[in-house]
Amino acid sequence: MIELSDFLILGAILFCISLAGIFLNRKNIIIILMAIELMLLAVNMNFVAFSHYLGNIDGQIFVFFILTVAAAEAAIGLAILILLFRTKRTINVDRLDALKH
Amino acid sequence: MMSIEPVLFYIFSTILVIAAAAVVTVRNPVYAALCLVLAFFTCAAIWLMLEAEFLALVLILVYVGAVMVLFLFVIMMLDINLARSKEGFIKYLPAGGFVALLIFIEMCIVLGPENFGIEVTGEPLKHAADYSNTKELGVTLYTQYVYPFEIAGALLLLAIVAAIALTMRKRPDSKYQDPAMQVAVRREDRVRIVKMATEKKQ
Repeated sequence: MIELSDFLILGAILFCISLAGIFLNRKNIIIILMAIELMLLAVNMNFVAFSHYLGNIDGQIFVFFILTVAAAEAAIGLAILILLFRTKRTINVDRLDALKH
Repeated sequence: MMSIEPVLFYIFSTILVIAAAAVVTVRNPVYAALCLVLAFFTCAAIWLMLEAEFLALVLILVYVGAVMVLFLFVIMMLDINLARSKEGFIKYLPAGGFVALLIFIEMCIVLGPENFGIEVTGEPLKHAADYSNTKELGVTLYTQYVYPFEIAGALLLLAIVAAIALTMRKRPDSKYQDPAMQVAVRREDRVRIVKMATEKKQ
């Protein structure tokens, strides 16, 4: 029998992998965006698991809205990325320090 | 008799964790995007085991079908320096690994079997074969959550307008009409009356 905690710990593993990914890929903004998508997936996993084990459909409704917002976020984020590349010719995070100088 | 569900769960979770680890460690962003597709697919399979059929299919359709294709498009459009993009990977490994491990241990303390085990939550309700997850979701979505649903629709419209407005650029050499200038045109701009003496026929 699979327990609720199994799903929650799986979500925790996913979340921590993507957190470590943000630390490790400090240069590459695309990988950072992908790690954020993975984090959202981990959160959604928790919502779906709780919804199933507590017999309450509201958790799945929440996942539905998170998916909507995440799709919008990915679209706008990638549009900004393209704009950035067009003006700066790089997407290296270290080179995006115009506000510092 | 041992149920097949735990076996499936552990197979899928192993694939999911390996794919997620590959997303953040592989060198090539294209491979990272493809590993993320694998992660989404396996996650959809796990959601099917949790009887969230509609969301599992939406995850495949929206994420794998739309968002990841968008990611792949952008990766292939941009000219990324692969050698430089992995700089500092080793440098940040101890700090990142330590923080991730610490958070994982903290989460395990809270989310462990003693708090959310089968004795605490009880057995989940198994639905019959004629249960429709989509119908249940729709009934709740269009009654109790109809207002957030409308806002989500407006948000998607906003996102598409913003994404197009951000990336659209006017090429200087392309010819296009300006309706405002067309409407504001005056007679003097178009017609020139030339006064000249009449000439005799030769």
